[in-house]
Amino acid sequence: MAEPWEDDELDGPVRKFMYVNRRAPYGTIYALESLEVVLIAAAFEQDVTLVFMDDGVYQIKKEQNTDAIGVKNFSPTYRALEGYDVEKLYVEKESLESRGLTTDDLVVPVQVVNKDQLAELMEEQEVILSF
Amino acid sequence: MAIEVNGKTLEVDEEGYLADLNQWEPEVATIMAKEDGSELTDAHWEVINFLREYYEEYQIAPAVRVLTKAIGKKLGKDKGNSKYLYELFPYGPAKQACKYAGLPKPTGCV
Repeated sequence: MAEPWEDDELDGPVRKFMYVNRRAPYGTIYALESLEVVLIAAAFEQDVTLVFMDDGVYQIKKEQNTDAIGVKNFSPTYRALEGYDVEKLYVEKESLESRGLTTDDLVVPVQVVNKDQLAELMEEQEVILSF
Repeated sequence: MAIEVNGKTLEVDEEGYLADLNQWEPEVATIMAKEDGSELTDAHWEVINFLREYYEEYQIAPAVRVLTKAIGKKLGKDKGNSKYLYELFPYGPAKQACKYAGLPKPTGCV
């Protein structure tokens, strides 16, 4: 039997997963649940892509303060994604601009893409999950 | 379930993880280790303190692969490998060390 530390490499198939985040971070559980499954997929060394569009762009906005609503501010966790080798983060251009935001307002480095580019990215995926 | 630490009763879940991480103090780790039949050395504390800092920064407990890589970056390659970490924490570095550090069970740890 293999020692536990030799069990590091996962042999299962690697699939291209895209997680599309479209809702505000708080008020519903979608954003947090999406982040959790992203971390799980990454822990299983899947090929993970994240998209933030519509109100989903607020999930990665800097300087969130949740004191008044009594829930945990989980925005710092997006900065842990790099350590999980999740580095394909895309933000839809129109969603960002129509909310008066720029990439300087975001907690993580992202690539800004327009709708056509996003459609192309979606074409490349094997699994797309929308939250 | 609960554990006794310095005369205080601290609630833990069914797997022994601290219910409220704000209640953590170093004595918690010492007592949990004693229950597992081991004694903490400086090498254990290095990992426990690292996990506390990681949680402070990112608000999650890292998966074992991520922990191993991050330890390697911070404490050197001789420590950033699974063998070293499993020798310190035979029940699994992420699971056992996170528990001692008062963190929740790592996401993706099934």
